[in-house]
Amino acid sequence: MTVDEGLYRTMRLIRRFEERAIELVHAGEIVGGIHPYIGQEAIAAGVCAALRDDDVITSTHRGHGHVLAKGADPVRMLAELTGRSTGLNQGRGGSMHAADFGKGIYGANGIVGAGGAIATGAAWAAVREGSDRVAVSFFGDGAVNQGVLLETFNLAALWRLPVLFVCENNGYATTLTVAQSVAGSITARAEAFGIPAVSVDGADAAAVLEAAREAVERGRAGGGPSFIEATAYRFDAHHTWEHKARVRYRSDEEVAAGRSRDPLDVHGSRLDDGTRAGIDAEVETLMAEAVAFALDSPRPDPAGALDHLYATGLRGRNGIGLLDTAVR
Amino acid sequence: MARLSYLKALQRALADEMARDADVCVLGEDIGVGVNNVTTGLLAKHGPGRVIDTPLSEQAFTSFATGAALAGLRPVIEFQIPSLLFLVFEQIANQAHKFSLMTGGQAKVPVTYFVPGSGSRSGWAGQHSDHPYGLFAHVGVKTVVPATPEDAYGLFLTAIRDDDPVVLFAPAGSLGVRGDVDMDALGPVPLGVGRVHREGTDVTVVAVGHLVQAALAVAEQLADQISVEVFDPRTLYPFDWAGLAASVNKTGRLVVVDDSNRMCGIAGEILATAAEEMRLTVPPKRVTRPDGAVLPFASELDLAVQPQQDQLLTAVQEVYKASR
Ligand SMILES: Cc1ncc(C[n+]2csc(CCOP(=O)(O)OP(=O)(O)O)c2C)c(N)n1
Ligand SMILES: [Mg+2]
Repeated sequence: MTVDEGLYRTMRLIRRFEERAIELVHAGEIVGGIHPYIGQEAIAAGVCAALRDDDVITSTHRGHGHVLAKGADPVRMLAELTGRSTGLNQGRGGSMHAADFGKGIYGANGIVGAGGAIATGAAWAAVREGSDRVAVSFFGDGAVNQGVLLETFNLAALWRLPVLFVCENNGYATTLTVAQSVAGSITARAEAFGIPAVSVDGADAAAVLEAAREAVERGRAGGGPSFIEATAYRFDAHHTWEHKARVRYRSDEEVAAGRSRDPLDVHGSRLDDGTRAGIDAEVETLMAEAVAFALDSPRPDPAGALDHLYATGLRGRNGIGLLDTAVR
Repeated sequence: MARLSYLKALQRALADEMARDADVCVLGEDIGVGVNNVTTGLLAKHGPGRVIDTPLSEQAFTSFATGAALAGLRPVIEFQIPSLLFLVFEQIANQAHKFSLMTGGQAKVPVTYFVPGSGSRSGWAGQHSDHPYGLFAHVGVKTVVPATPEDAYGLFLTAIRDDDPVVLFAPAGSLGVRGDVDMDALGPVPLGVGRVHREGTDVTVVAVGHLVQAALAVAEQLADQISVEVFDPRTLYPFDWAGLAASVNKTGRLVVVDDSNRMCGIAGEILATAAEEMRLTVPPKRVTRPDGAVLPFASELDLAVQPQQDQLLTAVQEVYKASR
């Protein structure tokens, strides 16, 4: 598969994964809902295409795209979202904590801005080990207002660590616009710490890949951290609860305009129609398999509800005071 | 009498208090649109000078509220998820809480922090499902967990009017609770005064927040065998020890049900105080989350970690059967 075909396939996979997942939310098979990544696929696809298997990423509440693009198995990922013991996290994490350490995926994260420092620590460990691995932290425009992220920029720059900060500016933190929440410019925040920062079209996977390659090369060569602001539009809800609740913060015209530039078409138009159709068909089959696998998979046994609570296997008392027994 | 939901009661309390006192202002994320349905309509009514949609900078806006309070305002902060209280623990426990003493009484910090939807919200997993009220009670920040619509109204009002910092947890499991309420009788509920929801003579069940409903159900289930008294502390700090003593000294038996972790949890404090100071005739019990619990995602695992009604029922029966 060519690089361009690979980018398109990743995006198509994310798109169809999200669409099928939304169906499963509506069907009650995914409990708690999801934060759909639809519209932002080119960012995860472009950045992760610049990475190796052993590079590390940290992700967000809107994490499915990153996790899939970095190479997690979509079949086991969907099983995770449906809370099955065959899931990536054995049904313990769900949408907001999906992780696959074998692929360098240190997890989606439920707390905005929390992944940046974690990625930076992982980058430091890589340097100490003598490896040229890099770490990437994805976060949203809302996260740039978290103090911990700004503290992290300082550490990363001060210690010249191979970390790439990717800010996905989709214009909103839930209902709050960037204009309402960010003083100055987003890239200027990184630049203030001496971190090279660029703004790219986050609907164009090839443009994202190019920017990511440059940043990753700088990191591998000992040049320290980089920052990419990738602008895109979130096509769907902040979270699927919006499908039921009447929350109005974007006009229909705005949403229609935002959706009119579809990253799958921006890059898909670079492939010939036959190739594109072939990829679409392959993804369709894969997703059908993923849905079937998820729904056929066993549900976890409640007796193991606190398995893995401690890496050492430590067991505390359960909720009725008995030591070292099943939870209930 | 009118039907009032717990969520609507919170909404009404905040709206009433903002209308009554121009010093009350509210800060938080997405409160303009009102995604949690508590701040609905307030922006249109009071404008952006009193309803402040904040960037995602919780640590900053929490202490920002402290500053505004020191300067005479009465801020209310909405937190979208309970674990954000971990993020701002320094700002509440180490700043807001300490000003009064450290300044020799010069300063007061009348800020209310509230979480609409604490505890498990089914499927929100490890980082969105905690109930850290015990932490605040431990450091001594006033902590309230209303269980009914009228108490949600009354305690929210009191929290806002109180001159100290107050944290209000509105459990996700309570938001949908409805009650027949005499709207004219709605008013402030004092901090530190518990409420007996059902009188009984055999066993006192102390239930926190949404578990009050579970305790009432158990009391009903056991009605022909065991007479259960359901005591709702309403405020965890300060705690109504006298109210609890009146109940326990009558029944001699105590079970506490609390949807937070067992180790160093509020249930442990209640048992300890009862053991030290009240006339318990048999050893008490508590039903809680396990030690160190992190809520797993899958529904059956999530449920297995929360205290269950059948566990409470068993605990009540065991305490009842224990010989005096
Ligand atoms: C520290 C923190 N504050 C608030 C929240 C609640 N919350 C979850 S997502 C979100 C908006 C995030 O916006 P952004 O960073 O732009 O990411 P996007 O949702 O647009 O992908 C908020 C407020 C949270 N999870 N963590
Ligand atoms: Mg955003």
